[in-house]
Amino acid sequence: MNKNENSRPVRVREPITDTQLLITITVCIFFFMYILAMLIWGGGFRKPQMIFDILNDNAYLIIISCGLTVVMITGSIDISVGGVTALVAMADVMILSGHAGPFSGIPEKSRIVLAFCMALFIGLLYGLIQGYLIAYLEIQPFIITLAGMFFARGMITIISVDPQKAPQNLMDILQKRIEIPWLGSPNKKGVIIPARMEIGVVIALVIVALIFILLTRFRLGRHFYAVGGNRQSALMLGVNVKKTRFMAHLISGLLAGIAGFVFMMHTGAGNATNATAAEMNAIASSIIGGTLLTGGVGNVIGTLFGVLTLSTIKSIVTTSGLRDPWWQSITTGAMLCFFILLQSVVLMQKHKRSK
Amino acid sequence: MENDVLLTMRGICKSFPNVRALNNVDFTLRKGMIHALMGENGAGKSTLIKVLTGVYTMDEGEIRIDGEEGAISIRSPQEARSHGISTVYQEVTLCPNLTVAENMFIGRSERKTVDWKGTEKRAGELLESLGIPARPRQQLGSCSLAVQQMVAIARAVDTDCKVLILDEPTSSLDDNEVAMLFRLMRDLKSRGVGIIFVTHLLEQVYEVSDQITVLRNGELVGEYEVKDLPQVELVEKMIGKDLDDLSKLKGSVPAGGTGKEILYEAEGLSSSESRPFDFHIAKGEVNGFTGLLGSGRSESVRAIFGADTVTGGKVKVEGKEVKITKPLDAMKNGIGYLAEDRKRDGIIADLSVRENIILALQVIRGIMHPISRSQAEAFADEYIKALDIKTSSPETPVGLLSGGNQQKVILARWLLTHPKYLILDEPTRGIDVGTKTEIQRLVLKLAEEGMSITFISSEIEEMLRTCSRLIVMRDRNIVGELTGDDLTQERVMRTIAKGGGKDE
Amino acid sequence: MNKKKLFAFNSQLLIPVIAIVILVIFNLFRDPSFFSVSIASNNNGDPVLQGNLISILNGASELVILAMGMTLVTAACGGQDISVGALSAIAGSVFVKVLKSGGSISPGLVIGGFLCCCIVAMIFGAFNGTLVSVFGIQPMIATLILFTCGRSIAYWINGGATPTVTSPVITAIGGFIPGIPVPTPILIVILAACLFALLFRFTTLGLYIQSVGINQAASRLNGIHNVGIKLLSFIILGACCAVSGVIGVSRLGLINHETLLLNIEMDAILAVAIGGNSLGGGRFNMIGSVIGAYAIQMLTITLYAMKVPSTDVKAYKAVVIILLVVIGSPVVKEAAGRFWKKISEKGTAGTGKEAA
Repeated sequence: MNKNENSRPVRVREPITDTQLLITITVCIFFFMYILAMLIWGGGFRKPQMIFDILNDNAYLIIISCGLTVVMITGSIDISVGGVTALVAMADVMILSGHAGPFSGIPEKSRIVLAFCMALFIGLLYGLIQGYLIAYLEIQPFIITLAGMFFARGMITIISVDPQKAPQNLMDILQKRIEIPWLGSPNKKGVIIPARMEIGVVIALVIVALIFILLTRFRLGRHFYAVGGNRQSALMLGVNVKKTRFMAHLISGLLAGIAGFVFMMHTGAGNATNATAAEMNAIASSIIGGTLLTGGVGNVIGTLFGVLTLSTIKSIVTTSGLRDPWWQSITTGAMLCFFILLQSVVLMQKHKRSK
Repeated sequence: MENDVLLTMRGICKSFPNVRALNNVDFTLRKGMIHALMGENGAGKSTLIKVLTGVYTMDEGEIRIDGEEGAISIRSPQEARSHGISTVYQEVTLCPNLTVAENMFIGRSERKTVDWKGTEKRAGELLESLGIPARPRQQLGSCSLAVQQMVAIARAVDTDCKVLILDEPTSSLDDNEVAMLFRLMRDLKSRGVGIIFVTHLLEQVYEVSDQITVLRNGELVGEYEVKDLPQVELVEKMIGKDLDDLSKLKGSVPAGGTGKEILYEAEGLSSSESRPFDFHIAKGEVNGFTGLLGSGRSESVRAIFGADTVTGGKVKVEGKEVKITKPLDAMKNGIGYLAEDRKRDGIIADLSVRENIILALQVIRGIMHPISRSQAEAFADEYIKALDIKTSSPETPVGLLSGGNQQKVILARWLLTHPKYLILDEPTRGIDVGTKTEIQRLVLKLAEEGMSITFISSEIEEMLRTCSRLIVMRDRNIVGELTGDDLTQERVMRTIAKGGGKDE
Repeated sequence: MNKKKLFAFNSQLLIPVIAIVILVIFNLFRDPSFFSVSIASNNNGDPVLQGNLISILNGASELVILAMGMTLVTAACGGQDISVGALSAIAGSVFVKVLKSGGSISPGLVIGGFLCCCIVAMIFGAFNGTLVSVFGIQPMIATLILFTCGRSIAYWINGGATPTVTSPVITAIGGFIPGIPVPTPILIVILAACLFALLFRFTTLGLYIQSVGINQAASRLNGIHNVGIKLLSFIILGACCAVSGVIGVSRLGLINHETLLLNIEMDAILAVAIGGNSLGGGRFNMIGSVIGAYAIQMLTITLYAMKVPSTDVKAYKAVVIILLVVIGSPVVKEAAGRFWKKISEKGTAGTGKEAA
């Protein structure tokens, strides 16, 4: 064996890490489920557009879930993200429709830029304040972000002016879709309809890629894992725990802001009930994607599949004829229960064996 | 000689709310030396280490290190490392969810990105050169505790360190691993690193150390060359004059269980953590399990109490066969158990002294029969007085008391249940010498009153002074039983070393 | 020693009491008649108490009951149940379903309905509790399941309708019992508080819950059944959900699965935190949670009285909450302590060194 090591590193099969194990489970279940859906219900599921529809509808959710995953990896929680998303969406609609007092004089097209800047600004502000209170004043993240959520939801109605809808000419620009002809499928008349993807999806996928690189290739990303794994040890190992936790919340806030812009691009309307319970959907997606609330385990790739899994289940429920409105969330709950129990049992078994 | 000095600590003082942990302590470390820091539990070793590593800030005193002008101040572990002081703690302070390689390099790089290939290559080389059986890409949590410890040492070694502190590193390692560690320590020594070695195992000190500094009750006893200090003298210096004080106890040891009525008897008792063993204790007997750490002595008494999952065996209490599978069963049969790890398994830190004292009795009485407030206060007052527990009020959270007083509170908790059989696992660990003596006296007094007691201590003298029968364990098996004239330190050591054989 | 006890009492309840005192002073300053209580007569001609104070006490009823249950779960498990709102909706649905099963709504049927919904809610509580205690899943994650699908289950129970129930008995539960001027929900809260008081007086549950919450390993070695205690705390919370669900349904005379006690889980957790209880479990003070719950309600009513639209109230509430927790945070307390010490040291420069 020594000889081998000297000449050329042998590829020893490494024991899989917790993160990889949980992500593998999720990805496998997702593909299993999707293929099963294709076989049983066929129709929509066989068209690539189905995947794009799911992505189009959930681009914003992917973005917040990424931020939440980062926060959860450090062992913290952020439940303000849904509220921030909704607040940003409303603020952006107000800017685009020219209701936003000082900015109303700006030419229409540059309002889009302003709206994007506003999204970043609100997100950053949230991240900065919540991050500071949680990391440096050591206040329980649950309470702070809960208050953050209340604040955002309250502000939505304070800033809103009727009509809560962006002008159509601007929406036409924002809702431009990218057409992918080779993934198209023929409609009833046999004309090939190209697959359509919104710009928001591109933003979401770029963010997933960026966060993935951050988590695996950057020092800060590895510090997130260290802090989540054992905060005391991380401190001993020379990790700046406070700064790391602060950065996690900063990223989460910023992404929630961007998610708000993407949400607005998709819907084009402001509404007090925008993105309701998005924070809980995001938490559920992260959990299904293999992120543990205890911290230290998880990755955004898993989270992406978590979002896809959740939405696919919803599509399956509708397609399979369970049309009563309650079935979607009851199945979601059951699925969540299944994943939580599965992860708990798998990790318990794995650790028992390694012991 | 003077030029060799690497680190000097002068007049170090450190106080905590209830206790003066360090009083005017000096310490000197020289280049290429392994310097053992000795002292009983509570002598101030760990406080001194924590001052040096920046976990605590000292109240008074100065620290100088070779190559730096004037006194330095160390306010955080990071600062300690920047002065070239690295530490490996008894409890592994690494992140179990990261890989081995990451654990070795995280928090040390100035670069913003992670160079996985380079890190893993360097980690691999380092692990190989130190002979550590771990792969760089393995998740740390999947390694054994010993390997995790070795990884921590590898990390400390790899940083540019002048002073390496090993705080009881050997307690979770087996003989091979200890030998490996010593090889490593000698290797580092030859490179000019100064090593501070904290341990309570005398043999290990004499095997690798060059110098010894002895602390007692937070004060410096002295600094010695290993070759000038025989073991017996070292023990004397560590224990001090209390040795004479305690040795008087010996006379009052009761004759022992033979011929008396058997109170508790176990046959083939085993648990998830211990191998099957036979055991019995008579009324009024004090016996003890002895053996090195990890020999299975704690696991055995835990099996008696039903603290781990009991997997088999017959148990008789006062001749009647009973089933003891969980702590409540044992408690209902009149067995009390003072656990080894006081912080983890003993005190309920945020509850008051009163609540801690009545807890066990309350549980025996059941959820529907609460002890009234006035009765609880009476119980608390009675035992605070009887055991001389120093607390400002019975309502003080027990976590605020000193270690010795916490231990007394747990003792009070079990005494209040009036057990027939009391198991004390390391009741004297980490507490001051005065309380140690008190507890040993109490053990003998209770035995005279007819209580059966099993007493475990890692300090063999203590057991020899109190027990009339010693059960010797090694590698999770009972290898011998000593009574009467055989109760000497030498015989115990020999029994452990030989692993039984003729000495039985 | 007496003084010390008083101090200990104060430090636990400091924040909720301060919050209430500030609110009271603010309101008296703004409108001296804010707390005046008058007797009016309702539609049936019965005398009833009216005024802001009564509406605070009345409106907080569900929150107080849930906060009491939440305190136990928080203390025992070191985590929070975020499904209480959804569970209350389920309980309310079961209650209505039973009421609708018979022809006329008799008091006996109401009691039967209450018992049924109590049992259902306790079963769901036990489900949450099993995930937490047996499978070792954090409470927030475990209860996320019911949070996600609970309101849909409630919807399902009533077959997709939002049925109304009209009966003098229901009106009496949600409003006033003829002849008694105090709103019935307040009486129910008093009853619940008495039940909890009896529970702590005649069982050792309080001690056990705190022991388990502080140190599981030690509790187990002292013969306490950790799993059972955690499970029990969730079951008790389930019963609390049933009670508040019934009150909520009775107030409106209908069950709306979407809006019944919406977001109350967040308020209940806040009440526990404002009450000076650690959300990490361990020692608890139920009185603190109760005062915290009333403080939250008083804040809401104050904002309403200031003509803040009900949709905006959340934003102001958030600011107050953040101020409260920042004041209560250990870091700020420590910094304030250091600052105070500095000032006092400057005053007595000679003895300063000795203190250090």
